Amino acid sequence: MSLWSVTFATLKKDIRLEWRSKDALNSMLFFSLLVVVIFVFSFDPLAEESRHIVGGLVWVAFLFAAVVALNQTWARELRNQVLDAYRVSPAPPNALFLAKALGNFIFVSVLEALMTPLFVVFYNLHVLGPAWQLIPIALLGTWALVVNGTFFAAMSLRTRSREIMLPLLLFPISIPAVLGMVAGTTAVLTGDNPAHFYIVLLLTYDVVFTTACLALFETVLHAE
Amino acid sequence: MPVTHAIPQGSPIITVENVIKQFGRFAALRGVTAEFDAGRFHAILGDNGAGKTTLLRALAGLAQPTRGTISIFGKTPQAACRDLGYMAHPSLLYDEMSGMENLRYFAGLYGIAGDTRCEEAIRAVGLDPELTRGVGQYSQGMRQRMSLARAILHDPRVLLLDEPFSNVDVHSAREMVGLLKGMRDAGKTIFVVTHQALLLDGIADEFVWMQAGQIVDRTATTARAEVS
Repeated sequence: MSLWSVTFATLKKDIRLEWRSKDALNSMLFFSLLVVVIFVFSFDPLAEESRHIVGGLVWVAFLFAAVVALNQTWARELRNQVLDAYRVSPAPPNALFLAKALGNFIFVSVLEALMTPLFVVFYNLHVLGPAWQLIPIALLGTWALVVNGTFFAAMSLRTRSREIMLPLLLFPISIPAVLGMVAGTTAVLTGDNPAHFYIVLLLTYDVVFTTACLALFETVLHAE
Repeated sequence: MPVTHAIPQGSPIITVENVIKQFGRFAALRGVTAEFDAGRFHAILGDNGAGKTTLLRALAGLAQPTRGTISIFGKTPQAACRDLGYMAHPSLLYDEMSGMENLRYFAGLYGIAGDTRCEEAIRAVGLDPELTRGVGQYSQGMRQRMSLARAILHDPRVLLLDEPFSNVDVHSAREMVGLLKGMRDAGKTIFVVTHQALLLDGIADEFVWMQAGQIVDRTATTARAEVS
């Protein structure tokens, strides 16, 4: 019973549960769709303007939508107190954390894959910089959101108003990552600046926070 | 005439030493000290708020004592987790998955490969492993049984069961009692927190009475002298 075998068993279970309920994906999709439509009708931006604002818009939409998935992740474990069954087992605590983070990463990535074409169409986007750089920015940025989000969602599990508590904890600590994602995306879209700095920034952020979350998760899991 | 025994005899496998558990300013356990022998059926009784569930959760390693120690087979509850099977009042199962899917997942947490052990556990509680509907659609009695199947899945030496007969009809409850008696006879140590003490009369080896966070009596039958 290794860390990875439990991680993948838990991940498989979470994907199966999400596939059956579609709680997180449906909510995220509707939320992101609303953001796209509302902003298009509010601003009706030109292509040139779009390149400057879409970076921020996309990531703020994904950040808010991700909070929905993050809350769902742990809500499942609270129903019938299933989390206690994990806590009394010899399974490594970090396997649960990694599975939840990977699951959220997959769900948010699916959302991004579905929503990105809509952003491109609605905002009439043409990338002027090296488009391939959007891939590492998206992957590293998404991981930055979900790794902290998964951790803070677990932390706020036992608080009374956890739906409110999660954004209050998550958003301030995500500011460096969000700045990196937004500036990196804008740099690629406009082609004005190289995005390497932001990719390295996101990578560093991910390494630091993944390590910190893994080091602290056992304490959070067994907290009463 | 109530019969009160000085228990335990023989070598204890579980030792609880002056355990205090506080939730804020409220003390759920107030200096519980006890020893429990192997292979016995212990029924933990008491009014609501007496500390029964907290004691069981402390034994399971889910509630860390504020003070005092718990030793199970000479280890902490967390270290002895492979020897412990815990069934709570809620089912501890995913409603959207079938019983077999649930057990397959939990088996993985204990490093149990294959379906054989899961099927055995489900059959042991009198259910059908082929049932495909989600546990959320089971009757309360079936859910309780499946919850018991999850607790015995890894063949633990000690079973900690919190109100296994609640919301279960008398017939199903008697069947569960018979099942637990068989497990005790096979050498397992069983703790049952319950309000239905009469179901266990003549079956349980010991009735542990709790009141205001303390063990106030240990008897061999449900009859007990009044404790002021």
